[in-house]
Amino acid sequence: MKATIEAEDLTKKFDDFVAVDHISFAVQDGEIFGFLGPNGAGKSTTIKMLITILNPTSGQARICGYDVLRQRDDVRRHIGIVFQDPSIDRFLTGKENLNFHGMIYHMDKKTRESRISEVLKLLDLQDKENTPVKDCSGGIQRRFEVARGFMTHPRVLFLDEPTIGLDIQARRALWEYIKNLNKDNDITIILTTHYIEEADYLCDRIGIIDHGKVIATDSPQRLKESVGIDLILMEIANGGNGDFIASLKRLEWVKNIEQHRNLLELSVEEGDRRVPELLGLASRHGVSVTSIDSHKPSLEDAFLHYTGKTIRENEEEQKR
Amino acid sequence: MKNELEMGTTPNISRRSQLIDPLPIYTMWLRQMIRFFRMKARVVSSIVTPFLFLAFLGVPMSFMPAGNIPGIPPGMNFLDFLAPGIVGMTLLFSSMFGGASVIWDKEFGFLKEVLVAPVSRFSIILGREAGAMTTSILQALAIIIIAALMGVRIQGLAGFGLSLVFMILTSTTFIGLGLILATKLGEMEGFISIINMIQLPLFFLSGALFPLDAMPVWIRYIMYINPLTYGVDGLRGSLVGGAAFPLTLDFVILLVWSIVLAGLGTRFFSTMEAD
Repeated sequence: MKATIEAEDLTKKFDDFVAVDHISFAVQDGEIFGFLGPNGAGKSTTIKMLITILNPTSGQARICGYDVLRQRDDVRRHIGIVFQDPSIDRFLTGKENLNFHGMIYHMDKKTRESRISEVLKLLDLQDKENTPVKDCSGGIQRRFEVARGFMTHPRVLFLDEPTIGLDIQARRALWEYIKNLNKDNDITIILTTHYIEEADYLCDRIGIIDHGKVIATDSPQRLKESVGIDLILMEIANGGNGDFIASLKRLEWVKNIEQHRNLLELSVEEGDRRVPELLGLASRHGVSVTSIDSHKPSLEDAFLHYTGKTIRENEEEQKR
Repeated sequence: MKNELEMGTTPNISRRSQLIDPLPIYTMWLRQMIRFFRMKARVVSSIVTPFLFLAFLGVPMSFMPAGNIPGIPPGMNFLDFLAPGIVGMTLLFSSMFGGASVIWDKEFGFLKEVLVAPVSRFSIILGREAGAMTTSILQALAIIIIAALMGVRIQGLAGFGLSLVFMILTSTTFIGLGLILATKLGEMEGFISIINMIQLPLFFLSGALFPLDAMPVWIRYIMYINPLTYGVDGLRGSLVGGAAFPLTLDFVILLVWSIVLAGLGTRFFSTMEAD
């Protein structure tokens, strides 16, 4: 069976800057697929090429079998989009926005009416339908955008940073709506996020994206498992020394070591019991340990493992 | 698996969106209308300024002997002379604003929503232009009614009908200009000030307030380039009489201006980046 979204060597250059660098991936029918990465990693640029508002520099992509460059209108007829920034008319009511959306997509009056009441119900917006959007809370505005994106019953729904700027309750509420939309309807969802919990909670599969490249693609569970059974993160002053690292490598219960500046990442078995031993070894080598922590790998750990930085460090780097 | 069939039926048959697509055009028009009538302050302010010109420039001046101003036919009241100029001013301001307002759609993201729809951009902008034209002409009509209530003598139904033609052309011209400015300079800081800086000279150098003949010769040459000169003159000729040029000339020049400016504006919009 063909994938719903197929991208092959998709690339976008802005002058000399390569925003998206030969990305290839496939999203299967009915999946929630997410791109996880820091701001500026190339997530939104990738999405923009898929939704036909940005032309790829090279490479190609197909959605439901339609080429994003040559069959633009067909692609557009099969997708729904929630942009990263608000794109709703703030002076119109939610219902007017939905109605206009239906009209622009050539839906007849009867279909529009039934779809509007359907999506209002799906996202619990019935009591807000006649309020001008500018008078609604951020969470409600976002829900109207999701409702609008789903109104045409697209085969694929694109959500670009769907919960950005929302408070925690509104974010969790939106997650539930997105999950239910995917569960109860026959729809593929592709989203971008820089929130680890969001990717972890919502996605069937995640593509970790950094510096315009997809570094790893798998289910959240498998991404975590790929880091190790247990994980010990050990922060050491001044990077430790070669002797200490070498002796760590000789320990048979250490499956893997990665060093990210002052942070050592050890994949181990029975992590809790290894902490005292590690501390002993460190003091014998004259290495001072600032902090040590043993836990089951999280998606955050997987992100660190694959990109070499935590998502926050990545973001600070982008700002500079 | 359940979708294989549905998906399999459509690929390769690609439908193109029509160039002129009635429902989206109507949608964009309707949106402008709803927004216009919802923003009460805008409706009121769009009528107040022209009213003040008529009341505090037109009425006092009409008490003076108008025959002294070259270019105003003897026996013509200054208020009668001024009213079509103020109608032209209303059209200038509201149409340019209507054309330039695509920049706010871009700013607030709504433009993206319509530009990713499977609809031709031509239809989108056509609907928007129709909306801007309707609201502009509604404002102009309100000014004509106010002027008539203040005692301006409208020549009759035929003249009024003809004035509608000039309103449509004037509005189209300045919607086009607004669109051009928005698509080319819209990202600039102080965009509103740029618009103002262009609008006021257009207004003062159009013969809206004083006849061409009352101006120094070199200024007249500038006025001859200004499309609003012909809009105002056409409106004057059809509504109250006393035009400086033959109405056919006004019509032809304005028609050319409107085609060029609206055509360019539409073209620039079609190649504008959505993001």
